[in-house]
Amino acid sequence: MSLLMDAGAWLGDPANWSGDNGVPTRTVQHLAITGAAVGIAAAVALPAGVLIGHTRRGAGLVGALSGAARAIPTLGLLTLFGLAYGIGLKASLAALVVLAVPSILAGAYAGVQAVDAATVSAARAVGMRPRQVLFGVELPLAAPVVVGGVRAAVLQVVATATLAAYIADYGLGRYLFAGLKSRDYAQMLAGALLVAALALLLELAFAAAQRYAATRIADPARSDRNDTRTVQKGPTS
Amino acid sequence: MIEFESVSKTYPDGTVAVEEFSLVVPSHRSVVLVGSSGSGKSTLLQMVNRMVEPTGGRVAIDGEDVAGRDAVGLRRSIGYVLQHGGLLPHRTVLDNIATVPVLNGTRRRRARTEAAGLLERVGLDPSLGRRYPSQLSGGQQQRVGVARALASDPNILLMDEPFGAVDPIVRRELQDELARLQADLGKTIIFVTHDVDEALRLGDEVVVLRRHGVIAQRGTPAEILASPADDFVRDFVGADREERRLTVRKVDGRDVAVDGTGRPVGVLHP
Repeated sequence: MSLLMDAGAWLGDPANWSGDNGVPTRTVQHLAITGAAVGIAAAVALPAGVLIGHTRRGAGLVGALSGAARAIPTLGLLTLFGLAYGIGLKASLAALVVLAVPSILAGAYAGVQAVDAATVSAARAVGMRPRQVLFGVELPLAAPVVVGGVRAAVLQVVATATLAAYIADYGLGRYLFAGLKSRDYAQMLAGALLVAALALLLELAFAAAQRYAATRIADPARSDRNDTRTVQKGPTS
Repeated sequence: MIEFESVSKTYPDGTVAVEEFSLVVPSHRSVVLVGSSGSGKSTLLQMVNRMVEPTGGRVAIDGEDVAGRDAVGLRRSIGYVLQHGGLLPHRTVLDNIATVPVLNGTRRRRARTEAAGLLERVGLDPSLGRRYPSQLSGGQQQRVGVARALASDPNILLMDEPFGAVDPIVRRELQDELARLQADLGKTIIFVTHDVDEALRLGDEVVVLRRHGVIAQRGTPAEILASPADDFVRDFVGADREERRLTVRKVDGRDVAVDGTGRPVGVLHP
């Protein structure tokens, strides 16, 4: 209990809220590396997943890839990249990208693949170009699942980005590794609490984004205030 | 005018959908292709707007081979109605109807105004325009599907079992509505169905298909009923069904038509 109070005291100390090792700087770093990792992963995995979902070819590849990738221990990967790229951000970033890709890929693939084939075919049949079908029909309808994949990736990465501090002076993980080294457990706990709080905030934000995608983009009927399904006007046919 | 000139469709795995099918659909007429599954009727329909490419023969509209036309432009120039409406679930009814005009560059506002007019035209309250397809009944969705097909004022309507998924009473209403619209508009219609009664009700001409798009018989509904070409057609149209076997009985000096079960179905007017 006193450890928790010590952590509270650490968090309350203004000295820990300024400078290069202050909480704001470390939080921004943590968010930056999370954003960069998810951004790079999305740039690769979103188009690939959408393409696979659209053509329905290579679905087995997605399954195998995401299954295998999930089994990779991130710390091991980080060490491997650290040895390859040397100590620094690059290795951390590479490891986090590998961590983020499977969720985003699976979400994009599953979302697009689940769009009713008859709806897509109808859109083509009335004269939509392939690009219009993709951006006007498939992606909006797939949006909740696609966002869900990104949400899972963000959550994994924001938690794991703590490890970036293992080989680089970067992010909230610094407090954990520094605390571990100097047996400053209050600092460690404070760092852990900060990471947890950040993860929670992002989770809330992405949950809202996913809800928005579901109720405003993919199925706006669900949030339609004009919805008077029980009171029908006009012919009932 | 739509011409099928000995078209065939064989899929890469060797499945034959259509074999050497020829037919001329005259302008401003409605031709119904009727057959059971495997007759290739939907395949034939989809060859007109190049959703399916024939592996042999050609399809021509007003003498021009459709294979030479841009598929997207071709599709936008043809109204297409399919089962379950094929509406976009994430767009309002008005935006669904306005799809093709907007694709063709009509301003969204104007396209929506015209879409509201079309809603009335197909017998729906314009207030339904702000709804989403899932908020409409199956029959209403089909009407919206017809309105969407009419939105760009195409000369040709392709209808792929459009009323197959609604209950019989609603189907009858939709058929009457289509007949009324066609009397006004005079489109060139190819209508595909497996329902013989629907075919007889809606076709200026009916084409009965066997497997692989082989024509068993073609003619006006009356001709098909009066003289089925063979046992297949006789069986398919149910020429021997009780409700098709009408006899006349004198009642109070009037000629009353009675079907095979003895149930009176109407009075003859000489």
